[in-house]
Amino acid sequence: MVNILVKEREIVVPGQELADGMDYLPSEGAFREGDKIISSKLGLFNLDGRLIKVIPLGGKYIPKKNDTVIGRVTDVGFSGWRVDFGWAFNMNVSLKEGSRDFIPNDADLSQYYAPGDLVVAKIIKVMSSKIIDASLKMPGCRKLGTGRLIEVESSRVPRIIGKQGSMISMIKDATGCNVVVGQNGLVWIAGTDPENERKSEETIRKIENEAHSEGLTDKISAYLNVKPREIINERESNENDIQ
Amino acid sequence: MTYSKRFDGRKFDEVRELEAKVGIIKRAAGSAMFRMGKTVAIAAVYGPRELFPSFLQDPKKGKLKCIYDLLSFSVTERKRPGPSRRSTEISMVTVDALEPVLDLSKFAYTGIDIYVYITQADAGTRTAGINAASLALADAGIPMKDLISSVAVGKISDKICVDLTKEEEDHPEGATDLPVAMGTRTGQVTLLQMDGNMSQEEIKEALKMAKKACEGIKEVQVKALKDKYKEALK
Repeated sequence: MVNILVKEREIVVPGQELADGMDYLPSEGAFREGDKIISSKLGLFNLDGRLIKVIPLGGKYIPKKNDTVIGRVTDVGFSGWRVDFGWAFNMNVSLKEGSRDFIPNDADLSQYYAPGDLVVAKIIKVMSSKIIDASLKMPGCRKLGTGRLIEVESSRVPRIIGKQGSMISMIKDATGCNVVVGQNGLVWIAGTDPENERKSEETIRKIENEAHSEGLTDKISAYLNVKPREIINERESNENDIQ
Repeated sequence: MTYSKRFDGRKFDEVRELEAKVGIIKRAAGSAMFRMGKTVAIAAVYGPRELFPSFLQDPKKGKLKCIYDLLSFSVTERKRPGPSRRSTEISMVTVDALEPVLDLSKFAYTGIDIYVYITQADAGTRTAGINAASLALADAGIPMKDLISSVAVGKISDKICVDLTKEEEDHPEGATDLPVAMGTRTGQVTLLQMDGNMSQEEIKEALKMAKKACEGIKEVQVKALKDKYKEALK
């Protein structure tokens, strides 16, 4: 007998039975005990084919391979940099992964990144929670200049970015600000004037607060008074067709 | 003389009025309040974060630490703030009550801190604290196999009662207190202490009543967890 015991997008709590029988597989946030699949987190139930997943609703950021994060350089050593990114331990950026430029043998490494610098880094290896290696030469990785740094719930980051970056590009279009979102919940905003930066921050806070409601893209596009990018492109092509 | 009617008019297997709220402390990873009658506990979870002293760091799993304390104004006679023999013991049993259901294997070398404070005490503070801490851990997104629910059962004179108040604990004919914590899904008992005397049969009877009471408490806990996000999901 195979049964799914909860509805899609229903809130589940740790220890709640999600499914009965061997036809489904537990994925993130769920585990199997005997015939049953049980939730291990507070989150939203999600069924993807035969995979049962619980999308967490809160909690601290846990580093994963291939995550792009924002961090602050805390230490410069002989063979690399240490970067604090809001996890229990700092991550390590080795000399090899430090820069796309050639770094000479006797270079002063603080010329590249000095303690206190804000950087966008990509996690390339998580050996244990204590040993985390990151790279600063992957696409998109760089040193961040002046701007404002805000902290959001890391579980809401996917909504702030949106599908294929739709939400974040909408904010960029409407405010003209440069926005970088780290998977660890840090968001860096830099704009030409403070008013635009404030508007971006407000929008991000709004997304964070309403992250789990449906039709959020439409709400935000109405709030910012801009159209999502895809629709703009469609309109343009339609107009071209008419002409 | 027997204890034929409870001081506050409850049935012998009835818990006090329960109230739970999740997400009360903004800066904590997870937090909760749990109230049983006049006993109010608040719990906050911080971490996973770097663990000191570093010899406690475990390469296989994270370490759970707990600090339990009564706030100085929570009891009738002012309680001197800071750790005491009693609060150190309760901190330890809180960790032991919660750790069996946690999966900390993903948090190697790190520490997770639980702070449990009693803002108002009327007996059963460790059970209220465990209930609140269990909610706070779930709110903090720590993987758990089950929620822990906890209640004290006891014997007043010759009657087995659930969820004793301070007045009942001080009954002139003597009272026995038996705090229990369990995961209601599996029935795993993670805390069992006793202060006083009870026969084997009485303990069996008391545990049965505790299980029933814990199931009621769990419903309140589940509702509190779901309520935190109910508004946002509409």
